Amino acid sequence: MTDTPSSFTARARALPGEPWFGPLAALLVVYALFAVVAPDTFLGSLNLLSMVRATVVVGVTAVGMTLIMIQGGIDLSVGSVVALATVAIARSLQAGQSPMMALATGIAVGAIAGLANGALVAGLRLTPFIATLGTMSALRGLAKGLAREQKIDAEPGWLEELMTMPPPERTYQLLPIGVWVGLLLAIVAAFVLARSRFGRHVVATGSSPATARLCGIDVGRVTILVYVLGGLLAGVAGVLEFSTLTVGDPTDSVGLELKVIAAVVIGGGSLSGGQGSIAGTLLGALLLTFIDTGCTHVGLPNWVQEILTGAIIVVAVWLDRLRRRDG
Amino acid sequence: MAGSRGLNDSRAVGTADDATETSDAEREPVLSVRGLEKAFGGTIALAGVDLEVLAGEVHAVVGENGAGKSTLMKILAGTQQAARGSITLGGSPFAPRDPVVARRAGIALVPQEPELAEHLSVEENVLLGAEPGRAGLVDFPALRARATTALAHVAHGDSAIDPARPAASLGPAERQRVVIARALALASPRVLILDEPTSSLTSTDVEQLFVTLRKLVARGLAVLYVSHFLEEVMAIAHRFTVLRDGRSVATGDIADTTPEALVRAMAGAAVALRPRHADRTPGEVLLSLGALAGRHLPHSATLELHRGEVLGIAGLIGAGRTELLRAIFGLDPVRSGTIRVHAEMGPAGPPRRLAQGVGLLSEDRKAEGLALDLTIAENTVLTRRLGRGPLIDPRRERATARDFVARLGIRCRDVGQRVADLSGGNQQKVALARLLHHDADVLLLDEPTRGIDVRSRADVHAVIDELADRGKAMLVVSSYLPELFALCDRIAVMCRGRLGPSRPARELDAHAILLEAAGG
Repeated sequence: MTDTPSSFTARARALPGEPWFGPLAALLVVYALFAVVAPDTFLGSLNLLSMVRATVVVGVTAVGMTLIMIQGGIDLSVGSVVALATVAIARSLQAGQSPMMALATGIAVGAIAGLANGALVAGLRLTPFIATLGTMSALRGLAKGLAREQKIDAEPGWLEELMTMPPPERTYQLLPIGVWVGLLLAIVAAFVLARSRFGRHVVATGSSPATARLCGIDVGRVTILVYVLGGLLAGVAGVLEFSTLTVGDPTDSVGLELKVIAAVVIGGGSLSGGQGSIAGTLLGALLLTFIDTGCTHVGLPNWVQEILTGAIIVVAVWLDRLRRRDG
Repeated sequence: MAGSRGLNDSRAVGTADDATETSDAEREPVLSVRGLEKAFGGTIALAGVDLEVLAGEVHAVVGENGAGKSTLMKILAGTQQAARGSITLGGSPFAPRDPVVARRAGIALVPQEPELAEHLSVEENVLLGAEPGRAGLVDFPALRARATTALAHVAHGDSAIDPARPAASLGPAERQRVVIARALALASPRVLILDEPTSSLTSTDVEQLFVTLRKLVARGLAVLYVSHFLEEVMAIAHRFTVLRDGRSVATGDIADTTPEALVRAMAGAAVALRPRHADRTPGEVLLSLGALAGRHLPHSATLELHRGEVLGIAGLIGAGRTELLRAIFGLDPVRSGTIRVHAEMGPAGPPRRLAQGVGLLSEDRKAEGLALDLTIAENTVLTRRLGRGPLIDPRRERATARDFVARLGIRCRDVGQRVADLSGGNQQKVALARLLHHDADVLLLDEPTRGIDVRSRADVHAVIDELADRGKAMLVVSSYLPELFALCDRIAVMCRGRLGPSRPARELDAHAILLEAAGG
């Protein structure tokens, strides 16, 4: 750090232009607000850690959604994919597979679902919204069929420990392993987006498909790959969800896609493609948890939470527009 | 600094070993086209095109819309494939399956409206799809270096575009430079195809573009230059090929031809380049502006527009001419000043303006001027529906549209055809038909003939002349000075948001207008 003061202030002045600045500011404001209203329960490191833990399923799924939305698409099927993954994991454990095998099955199911989405969008040239609306329903049905319309109990083995808080002798670990894995995946995704050729091509495809095609980018391949990654991450989220539930539940995660899309949009993503950031998305996901938890601590009913969440999404997008117009 | 280094790097512009010397004689054609044919369904787009482009020349391709220029360009750039005929590039047969193959072979197309990936930087756009790197990771220093070299070739004097700038912040001229730089960053660029490159450039930018092109051809690159502006073709091209109805009908040296001869070859028969208007006697004031200022532009505009008069507004792109028309029509907010239409004072939104008999012809017919997915008939009656109450009467709609199709000479299958399927000139006529059907008294025409062919332009001019004779008042914004002189009774110049006084067109000349537009 050999920054001269002037370059430091210049950087400080450029901060509001960073895509994650808005969501971070909102997050701090919301945190401060609940900290003042409910200092006894909301404020406190244990609550903070448990909120981070509660964000991980939305967060990991939202990392994939960020890639998809930057590419100009959307994936409504992620909730169904998570549910299907928990069922697939439970079924394979029931069949006597090892936890490792079950975990791999869950992730593979997600990746295959993503491949199906990608094939519909890139191969059949369906609108992503319509294509994944279809798979959302179809995969939910598949999950229910596979589970014979009931929850499936299975012996989770060490999979359960993925999402349990670390035992007292390992408090330095702070958070469950699953959370660290999710964070690592997010960092890898951010790196790929910023540094790799594939990352450039994802942005270019979302920004201007015609230009991307002209410049020799295989737009179809980029599209399929982005949906596969999105599905794969939803599969990972399914593993973490199973670890939390310890059952395979075909009716789990209904409406997850809306939360995930909200996180991406709060984090600076756009439905028209080309923009979005992993850091912003994670902050957006965390913000949604903060509101949920905060409202519970203050004793506000569920319907107030929902109104607040809706208002935050609308305000976030509006502020983002203002910022862009000034910039 | 970067500029001079880049220019010495001959690798970036291909095979030119000798940058300064290009003798006219005995040059091998870098690109030659023989008997190219192409049909779409029943429509014949190309019926036999021959073309020979030499290394180190600017070769102009001229022709009306529908003559086959776009199809020819698309085949060369690989987005379409020819049905018959042969193409030779650098001595070997060439039949690109897709744009990627064409680019790899050294042919790059710069479209009329250059598209960039808005969310990426300039350098990332220049090397999009060809990013240097290893193991899937981008080598950013190498990217910067190669982009800088390519951008140096399109620098204006010493000022090159900053490679780190976001593409979204670029103006039209800069966008075009970035797209040209993208072509130059190819491994071995041989032919640069420019489609209507000056349609959204100011005259300064056009001069700079010409400087750049001359530099590039001096280094051995071939440029295929497609344009409606014959003055430009005369100024920049060495040789030309004229297309008509899908055939190449004339080719030769620019030095041996005249604009009139080119127009004759394009049209097949003589078409007047400029309609003459008789002296008109303007009537009462229909529109008057007093120190009108918009939110950003214009800063101040004062004028009076009379019945039966065409008032032209000249100026550079960005001077605020379009914004003036939009403010009058209520599409952009008014900050201060007065607007009076007939006897009504004050700003108003588009619905009120339409009710007052004001019509706007947008400069951007694809995004704003027309509903591309609707039919000719639906577009024509969009502002004044035919029918009873909330219901529409499709039969009357179609009958009305058919009248306009006949009157304006719109070339189409029938009035139920989607506007998106028409050529630019015919689209513009549909937009004009809407104003005519609305029977507007005050017409605000923004670049009424941008990007349309010579014959359509003459048709549009004739309509404007006729409307003025019938007592309509028109405000015409155009960047094409001969058009303003041909159409207008009076001309006012806008410079940096301020509208100057209007003067009779015959007391003005192009030189005086250009000086005033540039703030001289």
